[in-house]
Amino acid sequence: MNRHLLSIADLSKEDALRILDTAAELARVTETPVKKLPTLRGRTIVNLFFEDSTRTRISFEAAAKRLSADVINFSAKGSSLSKGESLKDTALTLQAMGADGVVIRHPSSGAAHRLASQKWMNGSIINAGDGTHEHPTQALLDAYTIREHLRDSNGDLQDIRVAIVGDVLHSRVARSNVLLLQKLGASVTLIAPPTLLPVSVESWGVNVRYQFERDLSNFDAVMMLRVQRERMDDAFFPNEREYSRNFGLNLSRLNQLSAECIVMHPGPMNRGLEISADSADSDKAVIVDQVRNGVAIRMATLYLLLGGE
Amino acid sequence: MSSDFSVVLDQGEIARSLKRIAHEIIEHNKGTSNLVIVGIPTRGSHLAARLTQMLSTLEATNVAMGTLDTTMFRDDLRGSAPRSLGRTELPLSGIHERDVVIVDDVLFSGRTIRAALDALAEHGRPRTVQLSVLIDRGHRELPIRADYVGKNIPTSRSERVKVLLTETDGVDEVRIEGRA
Amino acid sequence: MRIINLVDVTGKSMELAIKDGRFSSQDSPTANQEIIDGLGLTVIPGLVDLHTHLREPGKEDAETVFTGSYAAASGGYTAISAMPNTNPVADTAGVVEQVYRLGKAHGFCDVFPIGAVTVGQQGIALSEMGAMHSSEAEVRIFSDDGNCVWDSLVMRRALEYVKAFDGIIAQHAQDPRLTQGSQMNEGEVSAILGLKGWPAAAEESIIARDLLLNEHVGSRLHICHLTTAGGVELIRWAKQRGIRVTAEVTPHHLLLTDELARSYDPIFKVNPPLRTDRDVHALREGVADGTIDVIATDHAPHPMEDKECEWAAAAFGMIGLETALSVTYKALVETSLITFADLIKRMSTAPAEIAGYSEHGSLDIGSEANFTLVDLRSKWRVEASAIRSKSKNSPYLGMELPVKVMRTFLRGKEVFSA
Repeated sequence: MNRHLLSIADLSKEDALRILDTAAELARVTETPVKKLPTLRGRTIVNLFFEDSTRTRISFEAAAKRLSADVINFSAKGSSLSKGESLKDTALTLQAMGADGVVIRHPSSGAAHRLASQKWMNGSIINAGDGTHEHPTQALLDAYTIREHLRDSNGDLQDIRVAIVGDVLHSRVARSNVLLLQKLGASVTLIAPPTLLPVSVESWGVNVRYQFERDLSNFDAVMMLRVQRERMDDAFFPNEREYSRNFGLNLSRLNQLSAECIVMHPGPMNRGLEISADSADSDKAVIVDQVRNGVAIRMATLYLLLGGE
Repeated sequence: MSSDFSVVLDQGEIARSLKRIAHEIIEHNKGTSNLVIVGIPTRGSHLAARLTQMLSTLEATNVAMGTLDTTMFRDDLRGSAPRSLGRTELPLSGIHERDVVIVDDVLFSGRTIRAALDALAEHGRPRTVQLSVLIDRGHRELPIRADYVGKNIPTSRSERVKVLLTETDGVDEVRIEGRA
Repeated sequence: MRIINLVDVTGKSMELAIKDGRFSSQDSPTANQEIIDGLGLTVIPGLVDLHTHLREPGKEDAETVFTGSYAAASGGYTAISAMPNTNPVADTAGVVEQVYRLGKAHGFCDVFPIGAVTVGQQGIALSEMGAMHSSEAEVRIFSDDGNCVWDSLVMRRALEYVKAFDGIIAQHAQDPRLTQGSQMNEGEVSAILGLKGWPAAAEESIIARDLLLNEHVGSRLHICHLTTAGGVELIRWAKQRGIRVTAEVTPHHLLLTDELARSYDPIFKVNPPLRTDRDVHALREGVADGTIDVIATDHAPHPMEDKECEWAAAAFGMIGLETALSVTYKALVETSLITFADLIKRMSTAPAEIAGYSEHGSLDIGSEANFTLVDLRSKWRVEASAIRSKSKNSPYLGMELPVKVMRTFLRGKEVFSA
């Protein structure tokens, strides 16, 4: 495996399955009284979060600590973010501190790539979300969750039919998921209003639909994307009411899903907007599992990237 | 891949060694009531399964068994590619105050067993920990010794000891490769 | 002075005679005339750029008239046109005269300021174009480059206004509403990279509008840095209809595509953005068939900290004066699309004609001796340490390029030697 995890494109199918299998084993271990594994003892992991995200940061922190690594949290929220100067200067500072691994979340697409390609610091870089580009560990935990529920935690996702619904244009979760699901053999359908799909999405090898209604029983997993209020200009859709009416997962749509179909969401949810409260709380929803699996996936990622160095 | 090898244990000898080890375990522990047999994946687990089967038959009881992957506890991870993890699964009754017998195929530097001791410690506090290996090839780097040994085979460091088992390799055989 | 042992753009052997800073007839050599061996180099009229950013006044950390005009001379240019998006904006006679005088004082090449179309380039009120034309700088070309003259009425008035002195409005075609926050060409690559797209239509819709306006008004329209296949087709259509328009293309848009953005290295971030392979080919065809009149560099210097960051935070622009001839040679001549002679027409003769720089673009006897000697056989590697511009934001760093500029002469005086 590569030194860095910047994009799902960095992983071969074997690499991806390796991460899922390793995570499965680690998950079992952490269910026992075993509190910590000594594997990354003496290593320093830095959480470099230029964007607010308590959930993902805590997940990475828990993962690193369970492997006995030292964790340093850097949040750029309070400091003066003057353009990209912060990225370079921050990187040079961290290099001086001797970070073995850096988990970076940044509002600009390509920030993780810049960190990895410039010679400002050594160490492995893990992309925890860069702008609207990718969020690889999210896709991995999503694939893991699908596999857990639909394939008994074994093998790949061949022939599994996944629908991804919502703001694909601005979603790094969608981009990573499309890449990974296809790599593992699943078929992907994107359901969104035309304004929230990238031009040239046809070249992605996915099915594209503008209606949520039809053939809902043909999906094995439905992944609802968060409506990204903060990333949008105006004029992507008339108003929230229309969006919710046409693309929200409400009870009526939920009831059309097959018995085995699972409902997923990367969180945090806008209850009532893209997903109704009763859909979120139904027993089809595996959202809590996704969060739990996130720690095991991130442990596996840290181990596989840093364990052998 | 062709390499010169000599067979130091054949199927029959392996079976007899395991049978003897089983008797030794019963004798030393005065029965099997407090035993937990724990194999180190991959081949150690298969050997543990065979031993447990034998013990259970001899004492007409179900002897507890588990597997313990030691990868995450190794001290030699750095500098090589990350290894895939093997299965860790211990009996529900746990290992606290039990007599644990670790089972592995080859005892060499002793580091795997050290890692196994660390791994075990995360799961509880056994009353005793004993070690059973099919082959002891010498060259210990840590103060570790086996309680039950199938065969002692002096080797040089450059030689490779290969244990093949029916479960994984289709045949029961212990080979030494690279012997002049 | 006499330079012997030269070849012309077709490879034919020739000599130059220069007297009092002008080309003179070769028939009467004088007694103590200096004789220089041209070493078999090719002589071309000095290159003429219609689109350069010199950054002075206001952003002297990136470039100054001194460093920019010297960089130009090292690229074989004897005349450059300085865009007005300085600080203060060149929207008055005072600022254009300042830039003009600086260029003259440094003496590396002729610096012709371009005046802003609107006050502060805000797109609202026409600037004092008449005053700028009457000033020492004799401004003829006006542009709000960096910004688009977006208001249709203002664009119409600007076109009409400059008819009074045969002026040119050079439009930076970019619908601001369609490109808010845009980072790179909108297409397959931007969709995958998660970078906000800049649709071709944002450029083409403005071009189409301005062509129709100019058809109606009958002035002189110039389209800056054309980048799309659609744009080429629009210009072709317009010229067939007899609309008075000229168009320029940059060297980088003839060679590079948006695939380079995959590295997320903002050295490739430029306004207007690099487009697709199909666009590059259409632009090359456009130069070959004369739809596109000139090559212009859009030399845009930026300090390294504005490029050493994440894409979205980086400045738009690439330097280009020093690599222009080599890059266009690679894109157009090495691909057998046009001859070297035609390339020089597009880089010297045609721009001089359009802009009215009467002493440039020609080797005719009587013209000022503004010329360059180039080595067509030589290859060179672009190294940051050797770049003469104050800024080093070149997308060609580390690349090997054909054709080396050896010596540049302004009014018969050598201003650059490699």
